[in-house]
Amino acid sequence: MNFVEEENILEINRVVMAFGGLMALSNLSFQVKRGMIKAIIGPNGAGKTTLFNIITGSFPPTEGSVMFKGSPIEHLKAHKIAERGISRTFQTVELFGNMTVLENVMLGCHTRVRSSFLSSGFQLPQFRRNEARAKESAMKILKFIGLVDKFNDPADSLPLGEQKILEIGRALASEPELICLDEPAAGLNETETYVASSLIRAINAKGITVLLVEHDMKVIMNISDEIAVLNYGQKIAEGSPQEIQNNRRVIEAYLGSET
Amino acid sequence: METITLSGQLFQYLITGITVGSVYAMVAVGFNIIYNVTEIINFAQGEFVMLGGLIMVFFHVVMGLPLIMAFPATVILVTLVGILLDRLAISPIRQPSVLTLIIATIAASILIKGAAMFIWGKDPYDLPAFSGRNPITVFGAVIQPQYLWVIGFLIVIVIVLSIFFNRTIIGKAMSACADNPNAASLVGINVKQMILLSFALSAAIGAVAGITVTPISLMEYDRGAMLAVKGFGAAILGGLGSFPGAILGGLIMGSIESFGAGVISSGYKDAFALIVLLIVLFFRPSGILGSIEISKIKRF
Amino acid sequence: MLRIGKIPIAVFALFIIAFPWVAHEIPSIGHYTDIMIFAGIYCLITMGLSLLMGYTGQISIGHAAFYGIGAYTSAILTAQYGLNPWPCIIIGMVISAVVAVLVGAPSLKLRGHYLAMATLAFGIIVYIIFNEEAAWTGGPDGMTGIPGLSMFGFEFDSVEKYYYLVWIFVFAAFIFTVNIIQSGIGRALRAIHVSEPAAGAMGVDISRFKILVFVYSAVLASLAGSLYAHYLNFINPSTFDLFFSIKLLIMIALGGMYNIWGAIIGAVLITFLSYEWLHYFQEYEVIVYGAILLLVTIFFPKGLVGVPGIVKGWFRE
Repeated sequence: MNFVEEENILEINRVVMAFGGLMALSNLSFQVKRGMIKAIIGPNGAGKTTLFNIITGSFPPTEGSVMFKGSPIEHLKAHKIAERGISRTFQTVELFGNMTVLENVMLGCHTRVRSSFLSSGFQLPQFRRNEARAKESAMKILKFIGLVDKFNDPADSLPLGEQKILEIGRALASEPELICLDEPAAGLNETETYVASSLIRAINAKGITVLLVEHDMKVIMNISDEIAVLNYGQKIAEGSPQEIQNNRRVIEAYLGSET
Repeated sequence: METITLSGQLFQYLITGITVGSVYAMVAVGFNIIYNVTEIINFAQGEFVMLGGLIMVFFHVVMGLPLIMAFPATVILVTLVGILLDRLAISPIRQPSVLTLIIATIAASILIKGAAMFIWGKDPYDLPAFSGRNPITVFGAVIQPQYLWVIGFLIVIVIVLSIFFNRTIIGKAMSACADNPNAASLVGINVKQMILLSFALSAAIGAVAGITVTPISLMEYDRGAMLAVKGFGAAILGGLGSFPGAILGGLIMGSIESFGAGVISSGYKDAFALIVLLIVLFFRPSGILGSIEISKIKRF
Repeated sequence: MLRIGKIPIAVFALFIIAFPWVAHEIPSIGHYTDIMIFAGIYCLITMGLSLLMGYTGQISIGHAAFYGIGAYTSAILTAQYGLNPWPCIIIGMVISAVVAVLVGAPSLKLRGHYLAMATLAFGIIVYIIFNEEAAWTGGPDGMTGIPGLSMFGFEFDSVEKYYYLVWIFVFAAFIFTVNIIQSGIGRALRAIHVSEPAAGAMGVDISRFKILVFVYSAVLASLAGSLYAHYLNFINPSTFDLFFSIKLLIMIALGGMYNIWGAIIGAVLITFLSYEWLHYFQEYEVIVYGAILLLVTIFFPKGLVGVPGIVKGWFRE
């Protein structure tokens, strides 16, 4: 537990998301304190990925606000939110298969290291310096996540477990303060899941706040500081892993959704 | 002798605009039918109009068939071309993307144009007007009776299509495909057939437009592209996918062109419709009757 | 992984350098050098277009307009005002860039076919302007008296000299474009190509990149137009019509969209088709082009550069 009390890095305030007649999220509010690992769980269709999409700027909420470090971000475009310090991974891995492992992470550096069009085309010194910096940062990250040996391999040649790790690495390259992981353990076996969990803990240990959506209960219980439970677009419970485990409404929601 | 009053002149532009606009409306309707079922913009839409005119010339003038036989014969033949377009250019594409489909319809349009040039050459052709050329005078404007035929056929098409899409099983099936092809196919609707049908229908409507407008403005092999662009402009202006929007868009587009050519400059006649298209695309791409959220409503 | 090797570039450079000499020795293809000038001019346009279509997936059916803007700017400023051609070429490129921003910014926000139609309309409007504003452009009869190019007293007044001039520009643009592709900007473009959501989440301003590439392609087309004007010393609007924009499309589709070599191959092949091999067909070349475009779209969606991949696939089975 190494989070700063009293500082909310992310605040979801009464967010409503309606797609036509369908209410994906209704009146959703919660906070994420800086430095914590917060998990969002809930049956399929509960609105978890919609929430992520709103936070990271894919689309604005119908109502409500999202505050990041005290400023509203709900109407910002995705790339602006990335610049502010929020990074994400995707439920189905969205790597850039047409690039190498290294290039994927270098792309992640985009918000931090950028060369102008002309300096890139003419390969001016500024460009060369930037490229070297990006490469260095990217290699550091690859070392951190354990994929440095495969740096020159095509990204889509990696097994799924490593692809998911790579996607996390790419998300780290922008030096985010908050990282949103969408089902980082989905489709992974025991070993791969363990690697992913350890990585998430290591990321958090560096001071990066983690918000994650996950179905794997073991992972959730192991690494989360706090859990929020969604069902049908509403928050039905919030608290520590212990509290959630014993919460009747949560149990009902999951059992109910199995019938 | 009639004196040409200002109001007469303006009314003249209006009537011409509505007539030309009816042609654009028919092209726009054709765009919408295909777009609704497939989300494809058929760049060859204008070629159907061109073929309608030229093939009618063949049946009616060259072969001497009476109007009542040549008309449907032409429509059927152009419909066949539309079917061929789907079979040969659209369905064979293995990994359809917006880009490839646009290119495929462009390829089809230049193929059809090339074939037309081969068969008919570059000269413009004329058709006898359906009910003669004695002009009618209305409110100081001199109107060719053929104008009324064009507008009349637009009305007929509107009525027929409304009945088709709202009252017949096939029509409803097509609307279902437009809304949700996956659900439609699950319910047993053959989506590929519906796509074929949408091309056939669009081709038929285009043919009618070509047949009715040729007695007024002649027809030559390369008219298709301009008609397609303006028809698309009309469709966008009214709201892509919206049937009443196509009519509205077409009439407005035609009127703007007519007034622009008459009042401002006739050399830039074609540019007016294009400028309207750009303005719509840039500032309100959902069009007049389209709404940004409800752009999925394409009911006829 | 889109590593553009130095060896193919060197081989290609050697081929280009040696070509006029070879053509000179073989009488039946002596005029091929002239055709290769046009091929080079078109390569300038297709390289930019392939970046636009292959990487950002946007289609332009109006690039003849930028080609024409470059040509007419050069023509008007040199023939009517007697200015030195070189700054005029730059002015043309600047004008094209500005126009590209004005047209591109609103269009590139929209989906694929909207951009296609917007560029189509734009291209036709510019073509109409070339035809109508006869006081500036000479109208449908065109403009004559466009001077040739010279540098420090050296005149590019023969076919061979102009050939090398054009191809130096082509190589310069080629290297520049390859540098872009292999840079952070190229990574961003390749990211956009694969997954716009992921690219955006990584901080890539997608709209800005689309406009950037659109402007770049417009600038290259403008340069090509100026080179064209100063070569023929005469231009008229019919060169810059819709059909030329479609021909550019065919070059890209034939060569391969997602590959700069494809742009070169497509441009060279279609140029030869146009000026040499289709002469028998005369005006019916339209049918051939349509057929080529259709066949390529259905059977070779990756263009000719994709053929080795297809053949490899056969051997694997």
